[in-house]
Amino acid sequence: MGVKRTYAEINEKIKSGKVVVVTAEEIIKMVEEKSVEEVAKEVDVVTTGTFGPMCSSGAFFNFGHSKPRIKMHRVWMNGVPAYTGVAAVDAYLGVNELPEYDPLNSNHPGEFRYGGGHVIEDLVAGKTIKFEATGYGTDCYPRRKIDTYISLNDVNEAFLFNPRNAYQNYNVAVNLSNKTIYTYMGTLKANLGNAHYCSAGQLSPLLNDPYYKTIGIGTRIFLGGGVGYVAWNGTQHSPCGARGENGVPLGGAGTLAVTGDLKQMKPQWLRGTSFLGYGATLTVGVGVPIPILNEEMLRFTAVKDEDIFATIVDYSYDYPNATGKTLGSVSYAQLKAGTVELNGKEIPTAPLSSYIKAREIAETLKKWILEGDFLLGEPVLTLPSADSGITLKGLQEKQAP
Amino acid sequence: MPPRKIVLRFPPQVVDKPLIYHLVKDYELMVNVLKANVNPYKEGFMVMELVGEPDKYEQGLNFLKEQGIRIDYLSEDIVRNIDRCTHCGACTSICPSGALYVSRPSMEVIFEDEKCVVCGVCLKTCPVKAIEVNFNGKQ
Repeated sequence: MGVKRTYAEINEKIKSGKVVVVTAEEIIKMVEEKSVEEVAKEVDVVTTGTFGPMCSSGAFFNFGHSKPRIKMHRVWMNGVPAYTGVAAVDAYLGVNELPEYDPLNSNHPGEFRYGGGHVIEDLVAGKTIKFEATGYGTDCYPRRKIDTYISLNDVNEAFLFNPRNAYQNYNVAVNLSNKTIYTYMGTLKANLGNAHYCSAGQLSPLLNDPYYKTIGIGTRIFLGGGVGYVAWNGTQHSPCGARGENGVPLGGAGTLAVTGDLKQMKPQWLRGTSFLGYGATLTVGVGVPIPILNEEMLRFTAVKDEDIFATIVDYSYDYPNATGKTLGSVSYAQLKAGTVELNGKEIPTAPLSSYIKAREIAETLKKWILEGDFLLGEPVLTLPSADSGITLKGLQEKQAP
Repeated sequence: MPPRKIVLRFPPQVVDKPLIYHLVKDYELMVNVLKANVNPYKEGFMVMELVGEPDKYEQGLNFLKEQGIRIDYLSEDIVRNIDRCTHCGACTSICPSGALYVSRPSMEVIFEDEKCVVCGVCLKTCPVKAIEVNFNGKQ
Protein backbone atom coordinates (compact mmCIF):
# COMPACT_ATOMS: atom_id res chain seq x y z
CA MET A 1 0.00 0.00 0.00
CA GLY A 2 2.75 2.40 1.01
CA VAL A 3 2.59 5.83 2.54
CA LYS A 4 -0.42 8.15 2.16
CA ARG A 5 -0.54 11.82 3.12
CA THR A 6 -3.11 14.59 2.81
CA TYR A 7 -2.50 18.30 2.28
CA ALA A 8 -3.96 18.95 5.75
CA GLU A 9 -1.52 16.53 7.38
CA ILE A 10 1.45 18.10 5.59
CA ASN A 11 0.31 21.60 6.56
CA GLU A 12 0.01 20.51 10.21
CA LYS A 13 3.61 19.29 10.03
CA ILE A 14 4.68 22.62 8.49
CA LYS A 15 2.99 24.52 11.34
CA SER A 16 4.55 22.31 14.01
CA GLY A 17 7.98 22.54 12.39
CA LYS A 18 8.20 18.79 11.76
CA VAL A 19 7.94 18.85 7.98
CA VAL A 20 10.67 17.25 5.86
CA VAL A 21 11.36 19.18 2.66
CA VAL A 22 14.01 18.50 0.01
CA THR A 23 14.61 19.92 -3.46
CA ALA A 24 13.95 18.04 -6.69
CA GLU A 25 17.73 17.71 -7.04
CA GLU A 26 18.29 16.34 -3.51
CA ILE A 27 15.51 13.77 -3.87
CA ILE A 28 17.38 12.12 -6.76
CA LYS A 29 20.36 11.30 -4.55
CA MET A 30 18.09 10.08 -1.74
CA VAL A 31 16.31 7.63 -4.03
CA GLU A 32 19.67 6.38 -5.32
CA GLU A 33 20.75 5.62 -1.75
CA LYS A 34 17.50 4.27 -0.30
CA SER A 35 14.37 2.67 -1.70
CA VAL A 36 11.42 4.69 -2.98
CA GLU A 37 9.30 3.26 -0.14
CA GLU A 38 11.73 4.41 2.54
CA VAL A 39 12.20 7.91 1.07
CA ALA A 40 8.43 8.33 0.58
CA LYS A 41 7.93 7.66 4.30
CA GLU A 42 10.54 10.27 5.16
CA VAL A 43 9.87 13.19 2.80
CA ASP A 44 6.70 15.33 2.87
CA VAL A 45 7.42 17.92 0.18
CA VAL A 46 9.75 18.25 -2.83
CA THR A 47 10.44 21.77 -4.09
CA THR A 48 11.09 22.67 -7.74
CA GLY A 49 12.20 25.80 -9.53
CA THR A 50 12.74 27.40 -12.92
CA PHE A 51 14.12 30.78 -14.01
CA GLY A 52 13.72 31.46 -17.70
CA PRO A 53 12.29 33.93 -20.18
CA MET A 54 8.48 33.55 -20.10
CA CYS A 55 6.94 35.67 -22.83
CA SER A 56 3.31 35.24 -21.89
CA SER A 57 3.53 37.38 -18.76
CA GLY A 58 2.30 40.76 -17.63
CA ALA A 59 0.62 42.68 -14.86
CA PHE A 60 -2.74 44.28 -14.12
CA PHE A 61 -2.76 47.72 -12.52
CA ASN A 62 -5.30 50.05 -10.97
CA PHE A 63 -3.70 53.49 -11.01
CA GLY A 64 -6.32 55.27 -8.84
CA HIS A 65 -8.53 58.19 -9.92
CA SER A 66 -7.22 61.68 -10.62
CA LYS A 67 -9.08 64.94 -9.96
CA PRO A 68 -10.90 65.52 -12.25
CA ARG A 69 -11.38 61.95 -13.38
CA ILE A 70 -10.10 60.48 -16.65
CA LYS A 71 -11.20 57.35 -18.51
CA MET A 72 -7.81 56.17 -19.71
CA HIS A 73 -8.05 55.37 -23.40
CA ARG A 74 -4.31 55.15 -23.92
CA VAL A 75 -1.67 54.58 -21.24
CA TRP A 76 2.14 54.64 -21.41
CA MET A 77 4.38 53.45 -18.60
CA ASN A 78 7.95 54.70 -19.15
CA GLY A 79 6.89 55.05 -22.79
CA VAL A 80 5.63 51.46 -23.07
CA PRO A 81 1.90 51.21 -23.96
CA ALA A 82 -0.41 49.25 -21.66
CA TYR A 83 -3.75 47.73 -22.68
CA THR A 84 -6.67 49.86 -21.47
CA GLY A 85 -9.68 48.00 -22.82
CA VAL A 86 -10.72 47.37 -19.21
CA ALA A 87 -12.27 49.83 -16.69
CA ALA A 88 -11.37 53.54 -16.55
CA VAL A 89 -8.14 53.42 -14.55
CA ASP A 90 -7.24 49.75 -14.96
CA ALA A 91 -4.69 48.49 -17.47
CA TYR A 92 -2.67 45.41 -18.38
CA LEU A 93 0.99 45.75 -19.23
CA GLY A 94 2.32 42.87 -21.32
CA VAL A 95 6.02 42.07 -21.04
CA ASN A 96 6.52 41.89 -24.83
CA GLU A 97 5.13 45.41 -25.36
CA LEU A 98 7.54 47.97 -26.83
CA PRO A 99 7.61 51.76 -26.96
CA GLU A 100 6.21 53.25 -30.18
CA TYR A 101 9.60 54.81 -30.90
CA ASP A 102 11.45 51.47 -30.77
CA PRO A 103 13.10 50.87 -34.16
CA LEU A 104 11.97 47.20 -33.92
CA ASN A 105 13.70 45.15 -36.60
CA SER A 106 14.09 48.06 -39.06
CA ASN A 107 17.84 47.82 -38.51
CA HIS A 108 17.98 44.03 -38.25
CA PRO A 109 18.65 42.54 -35.78
CA GLY A 110 16.88 44.99 -33.47
CA GLU A 111 18.02 45.20 -29.87
CA PHE A 112 14.67 45.68 -28.06
CA ARG A 113 16.43 47.12 -25.05
CA TYR A 114 13.35 48.25 -23.11
CA GLY A 115 9.86 46.77 -23.03
CA GLY A 116 7.02 45.88 -20.69
CA GLY A 117 9.16 43.37 -18.80
CA HIS A 118 11.72 46.07 -18.05
CA VAL A 119 8.96 48.38 -16.75
CA ILE A 120 7.83 45.61 -14.38
CA GLU A 121 11.40 45.02 -13.19
CA ASP A 122 11.87 48.77 -12.60
CA LEU A 123 8.62 49.03 -10.62
CA VAL A 124 9.45 45.99 -8.48
CA ALA A 125 12.92 47.49 -7.87
CA GLY A 126 11.14 50.47 -6.29
CA LYS A 127 11.86 52.89 -9.14
CA THR A 128 9.57 55.75 -10.08
CA ILE A 129 8.39 55.60 -13.67
CA LYS A 130 6.82 58.13 -16.04
CA PHE A 131 3.09 57.67 -16.43
CA GLU A 132 1.07 59.19 -19.26
CA ALA A 133 -2.58 58.68 -20.14
CA THR A 134 -5.00 60.19 -22.61
CA GLY A 135 -8.80 60.00 -22.70
CA TYR A 136 -11.49 61.16 -25.12
CA GLY A 137 -13.58 62.85 -22.41
CA THR A 138 -16.99 61.76 -21.17
CA ASP A 139 -19.52 63.45 -18.91
CA CYS A 140 -18.36 61.33 -15.98
CA TYR A 141 -14.67 61.30 -16.96
CA PRO A 142 -14.01 64.76 -18.46
CA ARG A 143 -10.22 64.85 -18.30
CA ARG A 144 -8.31 64.18 -21.53
CA LYS A 145 -4.68 63.97 -20.49
CA ILE A 146 -2.53 63.28 -17.46
CA ASP A 147 1.28 63.21 -17.15
CA THR A 148 2.76 62.16 -13.86
CA TYR A 149 5.19 59.82 -12.13
CA ILE A 150 4.24 56.66 -10.25
CA SER A 151 5.87 53.95 -8.19
CA LEU A 152 4.50 50.62 -7.05
CA ASN A 153 3.49 52.22 -3.72
CA ASP A 154 1.29 54.77 -5.50
CA VAL A 155 -1.00 52.34 -7.31
CA ASN A 156 -3.93 50.56 -5.67
CA GLU A 157 -3.35 47.14 -7.14
CA ALA A 158 -0.53 45.66 -9.14
CA PHE A 159 -0.67 41.94 -9.68
CA LEU A 160 1.26 39.79 -12.03
CA PHE A 161 -0.98 37.70 -14.23
CA ASN A 162 1.02 35.47 -16.53
CA PRO A 163 -1.14 33.53 -18.99
CA ARG A 164 1.57 30.98 -19.82
CA ASN A 165 4.55 30.16 -17.61
CA ALA A 166 6.64 27.17 -16.59
CA TYR A 167 6.38 25.24 -19.86
CA GLN A 168 6.60 21.52 -19.26
CA ASN A 169 9.58 20.73 -21.48
CA TYR A 170 10.53 22.66 -24.60
CA ASN A 171 12.18 22.44 -28.02
CA VAL A 172 15.92 22.41 -28.56
CA ALA A 173 16.51 25.06 -31.23
CA VAL A 174 19.06 24.69 -34.03
CA ASN A 175 19.70 26.43 -37.35
CA LEU A 176 20.12 24.33 -40.50
CA SER A 177 20.47 27.35 -42.82
CA ASN A 178 23.73 28.99 -43.87
CA LYS A 179 23.18 32.30 -42.10
CA THR A 180 22.85 33.36 -38.45
CA ILE A 181 19.26 33.70 -37.27
CA TYR A 182 17.88 35.70 -34.35
CA THR A 183 15.05 33.98 -32.53
CA TYR A 184 13.22 33.86 -29.21
CA MET A 185 15.54 30.91 -28.56
CA GLY A 186 18.53 33.25 -28.84
CA THR A 187 21.08 33.74 -31.61
CA LEU A 188 21.42 30.53 -33.60
CA LYS A 189 24.56 30.16 -35.66
CA ALA A 190 24.50 28.85 -39.24
CA ASN A 191 24.95 25.20 -40.21
CA LEU A 192 24.14 23.74 -36.79
CA GLY A 193 26.62 26.10 -35.10
CA ASN A 194 24.89 25.76 -31.72
CA ALA A 195 21.84 24.26 -30.02
CA HIS A 196 19.82 26.23 -27.46
CA TYR A 197 17.47 24.71 -24.89
CA CYS A 198 15.26 26.28 -22.26
CA SER A 199 14.22 24.17 -19.29
CA ALA A 200 15.53 23.47 -15.82
CA GLY A 201 15.07 19.75 -16.59
CA GLN A 202 15.04 17.71 -13.40
CA LEU A 203 14.32 20.84 -11.31
CA SER A 204 11.49 22.14 -13.50
CA PRO A 205 8.04 22.21 -11.80
CA LEU A 206 5.85 20.39 -14.33
CA LEU A 207 8.51 17.78 -15.13
CA ASN A 208 8.30 16.68 -11.49
CA ASP A 209 4.52 16.22 -11.56
CA PRO A 210 4.07 15.17 -15.17
CA TYR A 211 0.32 14.42 -14.92
CA TYR A 212 -0.47 17.49 -12.72
CA LYS A 213 -1.77 15.27 -9.94
CA THR A 214 -0.97 17.89 -7.30
CA ILE A 215 -0.83 21.10 -9.33
CA GLY A 216 -4.04 22.99 -10.05
CA ILE A 217 -6.09 26.06 -9.35
CA GLY A 218 -5.07 27.43 -5.97
CA THR A 219 -1.65 25.76 -5.74
CA ARG A 220 0.53 28.18 -3.75
CA ILE A 221 3.87 28.82 -5.46
CA PHE A 222 7.06 30.88 -5.48
CA LEU A 223 6.48 33.59 -8.07
CA GLY A 224 8.92 36.38 -8.85
CA GLY A 225 10.52 36.15 -5.41
CA GLY A 226 7.17 36.37 -3.60
CA VAL A 227 4.16 34.16 -3.08
CA GLY A 228 1.83 33.49 -5.99
CA TYR A 229 -0.84 31.06 -7.06
CA VAL A 230 -1.73 28.87 -10.00
CA ALA A 231 -4.80 30.53 -11.49
CA TRP A 232 -5.65 28.20 -14.36
CA ASN A 233 -3.93 26.00 -16.86
CA GLY A 234 -1.71 28.14 -19.04
CA THR A 235 -2.48 28.99 -22.66
CA GLN A 236 -1.42 26.31 -25.17
CA HIS A 237 -1.71 23.74 -22.35
CA SER A 238 -1.34 20.53 -24.31
CA PRO A 239 -1.24 17.50 -22.02
CA CYS A 240 -2.08 14.77 -24.56
CA GLY A 241 1.15 14.63 -26.59
CA ALA A 242 3.65 11.78 -26.58
CA ARG A 243 5.12 10.82 -23.20
CA GLY A 244 7.93 8.56 -22.11
CA GLU A 245 7.46 5.48 -19.95
CA ASN A 246 8.02 7.66 -16.89
CA GLY A 247 5.07 9.86 -17.92
CA VAL A 248 7.29 12.81 -18.84
CA PRO A 249 6.22 14.57 -22.08
CA LEU A 250 8.73 14.30 -24.93
CA GLY A 251 8.08 17.88 -26.05
CA GLY A 252 6.33 21.07 -24.93
CA ALA A 253 3.13 20.06 -23.08
CA GLY A 254 1.52 21.48 -19.93
CA THR A 255 1.69 25.16 -18.92
CA LEU A 256 0.58 27.26 -15.96
CA ALA A 257 -1.31 30.55 -15.71
CA VAL A 258 -0.03 32.16 -12.51
CA THR A 259 -0.81 35.25 -10.50
CA GLY A 260 0.46 37.10 -7.44
CA ASP A 261 0.80 40.50 -5.81
CA LEU A 262 3.62 42.38 -7.56
CA LYS A 263 4.20 44.52 -4.46
CA GLN A 264 5.82 41.64 -2.55
CA MET A 265 7.99 40.39 -5.43
CA LYS A 266 11.70 41.00 -5.96
CA PRO A 267 13.51 42.44 -8.98
CA GLN A 268 16.15 39.70 -9.07
CA TRP A 269 13.38 37.20 -9.85
CA LEU A 270 11.57 39.33 -12.46
CA ARG A 271 14.16 40.44 -14.97
CA GLY A 272 13.48 42.55 -18.03
CA THR A 273 14.95 40.60 -20.93
CA SER A 274 15.83 41.33 -24.57
CA PHE A 275 16.31 38.88 -27.41
CA LEU A 276 18.35 40.27 -30.26
CA GLY A 277 16.25 40.44 -33.43
CA TYR A 278 13.18 39.12 -31.64
CA GLY A 279 11.83 41.33 -28.88
CA ALA A 280 11.55 42.12 -25.19
CA THR A 281 10.24 39.79 -22.52
CA LEU A 282 10.53 38.95 -18.83
CA THR A 283 12.61 36.28 -17.12
CA VAL A 284 10.38 34.91 -14.37
CA GLY A 285 11.23 32.81 -11.33
CA VAL A 286 8.65 30.12 -10.60
CA GLY A 287 8.85 27.39 -7.97
CA VAL A 288 6.18 24.83 -7.15
CA PRO A 289 6.12 22.64 -4.02
CA ILE A 290 5.07 19.07 -4.71
CA PRO A 291 3.43 17.20 -1.83
CA ILE A 292 4.49 13.58 -1.53
CA LEU A 293 0.93 12.27 -1.16
CA ASN A 294 2.07 8.74 -1.99
CA GLU A 295 4.93 6.71 -3.47
CA GLU A 296 3.83 7.51 -7.00
CA MET A 297 4.46 11.24 -6.41
CA LEU A 298 7.86 10.45 -4.97
CA ARG A 299 8.74 8.43 -8.06
CA PHE A 300 7.71 11.38 -10.25
CA THR A 301 9.80 13.89 -8.31
CA ALA A 302 12.87 11.65 -8.47
CA VAL A 303 13.03 12.09 -12.27
CA LYS A 304 16.57 12.73 -13.56
CA ASP A 305 17.97 14.71 -16.50
CA GLU A 306 18.94 11.38 -18.13
CA ASP A 307 15.26 10.43 -18.29
CA ILE A 308 13.88 13.72 -19.65
CA PHE A 309 14.02 14.14 -23.42
CA ALA A 310 13.55 17.22 -25.59
CA THR A 311 12.87 17.49 -29.30
CA ILE A 312 15.34 19.18 -31.66
CA VAL A 313 13.71 21.63 -34.08
CA ASP A 314 15.17 23.67 -36.94
CA TYR A 315 14.33 27.35 -36.42
CA SER A 316 15.48 28.50 -39.87
CA TYR A 317 12.71 26.76 -41.81
CA ASP A 318 10.70 24.12 -39.94
CA TYR A 319 9.63 26.27 -36.99
CA PRO A 320 8.70 29.45 -38.93
CA ASN A 321 6.78 27.44 -41.51
CA ALA A 322 5.14 25.18 -38.94
CA THR A 323 6.11 22.07 -40.86
CA GLY A 324 5.95 19.96 -37.72
CA LYS A 325 9.23 18.30 -38.69
CA THR A 326 11.63 17.40 -35.89
CA LEU A 327 15.29 16.41 -36.11
CA GLY A 328 15.57 14.04 -33.20
CA SER A 329 15.57 13.91 -29.47
CA VAL A 330 18.18 14.42 -26.73
CA SER A 331 18.18 14.11 -22.96
CA TYR A 332 18.79 17.05 -20.64
CA ALA A 333 21.81 15.17 -19.33
CA GLN A 334 23.31 15.34 -22.85
CA LEU A 335 22.27 18.98 -23.27
CA LYS A 336 23.82 19.96 -19.95
CA ALA A 337 27.04 18.09 -20.78
CA GLY A 338 27.75 20.77 -23.40
CA THR A 339 27.51 19.10 -26.80
CA VAL A 340 24.99 17.03 -28.74
CA GLU A 341 25.47 15.11 -31.94
CA LEU A 342 23.25 15.74 -34.95
CA ASN A 343 23.83 14.82 -38.62
CA GLY A 344 27.26 13.52 -37.59
CA LYS A 345 28.25 16.89 -36.17
CA GLU A 346 29.14 17.79 -32.57
CA ILE A 347 27.07 20.83 -31.71
CA PRO A 348 27.81 23.01 -28.68
CA THR A 349 24.74 23.51 -26.49
CA ALA A 350 23.73 26.50 -24.39
CA PRO A 351 20.80 27.02 -22.05
CA LEU A 352 18.52 30.07 -21.92
CA SER A 353 17.09 29.04 -18.56
CA SER A 354 19.38 29.47 -15.57
CA TYR A 355 19.93 26.17 -13.80
CA ILE A 356 21.75 27.70 -10.82
CA LYS A 357 18.91 30.19 -10.29
CA ALA A 358 16.38 27.35 -10.58
CA ARG A 359 18.26 25.59 -7.79
CA GLU A 360 18.23 28.80 -5.72
CA ILE A 361 14.43 29.04 -6.16
CA ALA A 362 13.91 25.42 -5.06
CA GLU A 363 16.19 26.10 -2.04
CA THR A 364 14.32 29.31 -1.17
CA LEU A 365 10.94 27.60 -1.34
CA LYS A 366 12.29 24.79 0.83
CA LYS A 367 13.45 27.36 3.40
CA TRP A 368 10.06 29.12 3.41
CA ILE A 369 8.27 25.83 4.05
CA LEU A 370 10.73 24.74 6.76
CA GLU A 371 10.31 28.11 8.51
CA GLY A 372 6.56 27.53 8.65
CA ASP A 373 5.73 30.63 6.59
CA PHE A 374 4.48 28.84 3.53
CA LEU A 375 1.59 26.36 3.66
CA LEU A 376 0.66 24.18 0.73
CA GLY A 377 -2.44 25.20 -1.22
CA GLU A 378 -4.66 22.26 -2.06
CA PRO A 379 -5.90 22.73 -5.62
CA VAL A 380 -9.67 23.22 -5.90
CA LEU A 381 -9.38 21.71 -9.37
CA THR A 382 -6.36 19.99 -10.92
CA LEU A 383 -5.31 20.84 -14.47
CA PRO A 384 -6.56 18.93 -17.51
CA SER A 385 -4.24 15.94 -17.90
CA ALA A 386 -3.32 13.28 -20.46
CA ASP A 387 -6.88 11.91 -20.46
CA SER A 388 -8.52 15.30 -21.26
CA GLY A 389 -8.53 14.85 -25.03
CA ILE A 390 -7.17 18.38 -25.54
CA THR A 391 -5.56 18.96 -28.94
CA LEU A 392 -3.69 22.09 -29.92
CA LYS A 393 -5.46 23.90 -32.77
CA GLY A 394 -3.76 25.92 -35.49
CA LEU A 395 -5.29 29.08 -36.95
CA GLN A 396 -7.14 28.41 -40.18
CA GLU A 397 -7.64 31.06 -42.87
CA LYS A 398 -11.31 30.97 -43.84
CA GLN A 399 -13.74 32.78 -46.13
CA ALA A 400 -16.45 34.91 -44.48
CA PRO A 401 -19.26 32.57 -43.40
CA MET B 1 57.11 38.38 -20.96
CA PRO B 2 53.70 36.84 -21.61
CA PRO B 3 51.64 38.14 -24.55
CA ARG B 4 49.29 40.98 -23.67
CA LYS B 5 46.15 41.87 -25.52
CA ILE B 6 45.82 45.51 -26.36
CA VAL B 7 43.26 47.66 -28.13
CA LEU B 8 44.52 50.30 -30.56
CA ARG B 9 42.38 53.19 -31.76
CA PHE B 10 43.80 54.94 -34.84
CA PRO B 11 42.89 58.51 -35.79
CA PRO B 12 41.92 58.96 -39.49
CA GLN B 13 45.24 60.57 -40.47
CA VAL B 14 47.35 57.47 -39.69
CA VAL B 15 44.95 54.73 -40.67
CA ASP B 16 46.71 54.22 -43.99
CA LYS B 17 50.23 53.96 -42.52
CA PRO B 18 52.00 50.57 -42.13
CA LEU B 19 52.50 50.94 -38.38
CA ILE B 20 52.32 47.27 -37.53
CA TYR B 21 55.21 46.67 -39.94
CA HIS B 22 57.32 49.03 -37.82
CA LEU B 23 56.40 47.18 -34.64
CA VAL B 24 57.78 44.00 -36.15
CA LYS B 25 60.75 45.44 -38.04
CA ASP B 26 62.01 48.14 -35.69
CA TYR B 27 61.03 46.74 -32.29
CA GLU B 28 61.11 42.98 -33.00
CA LEU B 29 57.65 42.46 -31.54
CA MET B 30 55.43 39.52 -32.35
CA VAL B 31 51.98 40.58 -33.41
CA ASN B 32 48.80 38.56 -33.56
CA VAL B 33 45.88 40.61 -34.87
CA LEU B 34 42.61 39.36 -33.36
CA LYS B 35 40.25 41.90 -34.77
CA ALA B 36 40.51 44.99 -36.96
CA ASN B 37 38.19 47.39 -38.68
CA VAL B 38 37.97 50.92 -40.08
CA ASN B 39 34.76 52.85 -39.52
CA PRO B 40 33.11 55.25 -42.02
CA TYR B 41 34.96 58.15 -40.37
CA LYS B 42 38.21 56.40 -41.31
CA GLU B 43 39.06 55.73 -37.66
CA GLY B 44 40.74 52.39 -37.10
CA PHE B 45 40.19 49.88 -34.33
CA MET B 46 42.44 46.92 -33.73
CA VAL B 47 42.70 44.26 -31.08
CA MET B 48 45.98 42.38 -30.98
CA GLU B 49 48.24 40.23 -28.93
CA LEU B 50 51.71 41.69 -28.54
CA VAL B 51 54.82 40.00 -27.21
CA GLY B 52 58.51 40.89 -27.14
CA GLU B 53 61.48 42.08 -25.05
CA PRO B 54 60.20 44.31 -22.22
CA ASP B 55 62.20 47.42 -23.23
CA LYS B 56 61.45 46.99 -26.93
CA TYR B 57 57.80 46.42 -25.99
CA GLU B 58 57.68 49.76 -24.18
CA GLN B 59 59.49 51.52 -27.04
CA GLY B 60 57.04 50.00 -29.51
CA LEU B 61 54.06 51.23 -27.53
CA ASN B 62 55.66 54.68 -27.24
CA PHE B 63 56.14 54.73 -31.00
CA LEU B 64 52.43 54.00 -31.48
CA LYS B 65 51.46 56.71 -29.00
CA GLU B 66 53.65 59.22 -30.86
CA GLN B 67 51.59 58.47 -33.95
CA GLY B 68 48.45 59.54 -32.06
CA ILE B 69 47.17 56.04 -31.39
CA ARG B 70 45.23 55.42 -28.19
CA ILE B 71 46.18 52.21 -26.42
CA ASP B 72 44.02 50.35 -23.91
CA TYR B 73 44.61 47.03 -22.24
CA LEU B 74 41.96 44.65 -23.34
CA SER B 75 40.86 43.18 -20.02
CA GLU B 76 39.72 46.62 -18.96
CA ASP B 77 37.24 46.88 -21.75
CA ILE B 78 34.48 44.26 -21.39
CA VAL B 79 33.09 43.64 -17.93
CA ARG B 80 30.36 41.42 -16.64
CA ASN B 81 27.96 42.94 -14.14
CA ILE B 82 27.74 39.98 -11.79
CA ASP B 83 24.63 41.38 -10.09
CA ARG B 84 22.72 41.47 -13.36
CA CYS B 85 24.01 38.17 -14.78
CA THR B 86 21.44 35.40 -14.29
CA HIS B 87 23.81 32.63 -15.46
CA CYS B 88 21.30 31.71 -18.14
CA GLY B 89 24.07 30.73 -20.57
CA ALA B 90 22.71 32.36 -23.75
CA CYS B 91 26.09 34.06 -24.38
CA THR B 92 28.18 30.93 -24.08
CA SER B 93 27.58 29.37 -27.48
CA ILE B 94 27.97 32.78 -29.17
CA CYS B 95 31.26 33.90 -27.60
CA PRO B 96 33.88 33.09 -30.30
CA SER B 97 36.91 33.02 -28.00
CA GLY B 98 35.56 30.84 -25.22
CA ALA B 99 35.87 33.66 -22.66
CA LEU B 100 32.26 33.10 -21.63
CA TYR B 101 31.49 29.49 -20.81
CA VAL B 102 29.37 27.27 -18.60
CA SER B 103 31.25 25.58 -15.79
CA ARG B 104 30.02 22.02 -15.34
CA PRO B 105 28.41 20.49 -13.37
CA SER B 106 27.57 23.68 -11.43
CA MET B 107 26.13 25.31 -14.62
CA GLU B 108 27.55 28.66 -13.53
CA VAL B 109 28.50 31.06 -16.32
CA ILE B 110 32.16 32.08 -16.10
CA PHE B 111 33.79 35.10 -17.76
CA GLU B 112 37.54 34.72 -18.24
CA ASP B 113 38.61 38.13 -19.36
CA GLU B 114 42.10 36.99 -20.45
CA LYS B 115 40.43 35.07 -23.26
CA CYS B 116 38.17 37.97 -24.30
CA VAL B 117 38.91 39.54 -27.71
CA VAL B 118 36.38 42.37 -27.26
CA CYS B 119 34.41 41.43 -30.34
CA GLY B 120 31.31 42.75 -28.57
CA VAL B 121 28.95 39.98 -29.70
CA CYS B 122 27.94 39.29 -26.09
CA LEU B 123 26.88 42.90 -25.56
CA LYS B 124 23.88 42.49 -27.82
CA THR B 125 23.31 38.80 -27.19
CA CYS B 126 23.06 38.97 -23.40
CA PRO B 127 19.30 38.90 -22.71
CA VAL B 128 19.57 40.84 -19.43
CA LYS B 129 22.35 43.23 -20.55
CA ALA B 130 24.78 42.03 -17.91
CA ILE B 131 27.78 42.60 -20.19
CA GLU B 132 29.05 46.15 -20.19
CA VAL B 133 31.78 48.07 -21.97
CA ASN B 134 34.17 50.00 -19.83
CA PHE B 135 35.13 53.05 -21.92
CA ASN B 136 37.50 54.30 -19.24
CA GLY B 137 40.07 51.63 -19.84
CA LYS B 138 43.35 52.76 -18.34
CA GLN B 139 46.19 53.64 -20.68
